[in-house]
Amino acid sequence: MNHSISLTVNGARRDFVLDDPRVTLLDLLRERLHLTGTKKGCDRGQCGACTILVDGKRINSCLALAISHDGADILTIEGVARGDQLHPVQAAFIAHDGFQCGFCTPGQIMSAIGMMQEAQAGNDPERIRECMSGNLCRCGAYAGIVDAVLEAQAGMDETNQRRSA
Amino acid sequence: MKQFDYVRPATVAEAVAAVAQPGAVYLAAGTNLLDLMKGGVSRPDRLVDVTHLDGLDQIERLADGSVRIGALVSNADLAHDADFAKSCPAVAEALLSGASAQLRNAATVGGNLLQRTRCAYFYDTASRCNKREAGSGCDARDGENRTHAVLGWSESCIATNPSDFCVPLLALDAIVEIEGKSGRREITLDALHRLPGNTPERDSALEPGDLIVAVRLPPAARGFAAHSRYLKVRERTSYAFAVVSAAAALRIENGKIAEARLALGGVAAKPWRARAAEGVLKGVTPTADAFQEAAWRALTDARPSGDNAFKIELARRIVVRALTLAAAGTPARIAALPASPFASTSGAIHV
Repeated sequence: MNHSISLTVNGARRDFVLDDPRVTLLDLLRERLHLTGTKKGCDRGQCGACTILVDGKRINSCLALAISHDGADILTIEGVARGDQLHPVQAAFIAHDGFQCGFCTPGQIMSAIGMMQEAQAGNDPERIRECMSGNLCRCGAYAGIVDAVLEAQAGMDETNQRRSA
Repeated sequence: MKQFDYVRPATVAEAVAAVAQPGAVYLAAGTNLLDLMKGGVSRPDRLVDVTHLDGLDQIERLADGSVRIGALVSNADLAHDADFAKSCPAVAEALLSGASAQLRNAATVGGNLLQRTRCAYFYDTASRCNKREAGSGCDARDGENRTHAVLGWSESCIATNPSDFCVPLLALDAIVEIEGKSGRREITLDALHRLPGNTPERDSALEPGDLIVAVRLPPAARGFAAHSRYLKVRERTSYAFAVVSAAAALRIENGKIAEARLALGGVAAKPWRARAAEGVLKGVTPTADAFQEAAWRALTDARPSGDNAFKIELARRIVVRALTLAAAGTPARIAALPASPFASTSGAIHV
């Protein structure tokens, strides 16, 4: 039996006919939309490489059935930059060497963006480490990742202050 | 993953009807179920998606002072609800000590209650497991079992319940609201999870078709808010299941413990209420000696199920530590590393 769903992906509405309900959001993004920035690491919710934002919240797309997310608003790594202008978190990862091989990086960046929106960690490195623990980096670039998040957070705080001033 | 039918009911009544056929299960966020399905551990014929049902995602304060949590409230939304975290701080701390931020954003209250054990032999379909396949045997019994149960286990099964959330919920006498084939009923959380006995394939007291619609904390729960902690020992600092955990909640009046609540996690097939230990603490001054006595009573019936005798002593120490922290008072803000014995509230870096 076919199921029709529609999603908003990086701002654009996309309609799908699913002939198999087993398709995860991760596989839909990669195989149907060819948005391969979202990575398949463990495919079991343990590594965080597949992290995307769904309705503004970071989740593991490997453990989400696409069919269950009919109507959802999805943001992937492909949708965070504005043209050639990198998202501040992307720029901070480059500035602080927040990666080595780069495989986990899209998930790390999406997770960091989600975390900053959750506003639970602030500029406390210990809270950042805890709030980013769902993203594994086998190259061990954690020190650079925390520095990158700290810089991006500081930039966001500054922007917010300027806006409220 | 095995092929399945997918249905998305519009109402709770439709959901209960849709799950009536053999092989049908409910799908909420799927953070545990999809993992089990990918591994061939769970092989449902039909998924009844309850995530679009209305009215199950609310946190309500009832007139009598109870808190009613809809089954579809996410773990993260509940933990970060300021009013809830203030009235039930140990529950919020337990939620934040579990899984990762991504999983907490997706995973639901009802799903957390019904998550399956993380026993490696349950997950490995090449192993014998009485919980996965009734009567097949238990490879954990003579296997890698240092994290397995020390209370309430049987020769059939030594698996533990992995939930953090359920531990303080149990301590606070949570009630589970269920919609089933014969209408609405409620049971205590204590009655929801089963010990293995000879039928470890049954995790819970739920009947086929039953849907958890809400969890309720009675008015008395908020009386412990000033002295409530959850403490959890893991094999890494974050994003790991409990080796042993404890929820301790005290009501202290005039320097004495008017009432104590204590529950343990990671020690049995269900979250484990330590009522005898609570009795020891009633009416006494909160001292190290009293907490030691309580810890001793809490683990009186414990016995190793394998290479896990250390968990009994560890559990005693965690009980003493949790009670000590609870007596000292609930911190204004949850530590950077929720429920960690290594947490500092000062923000000092230790990793």
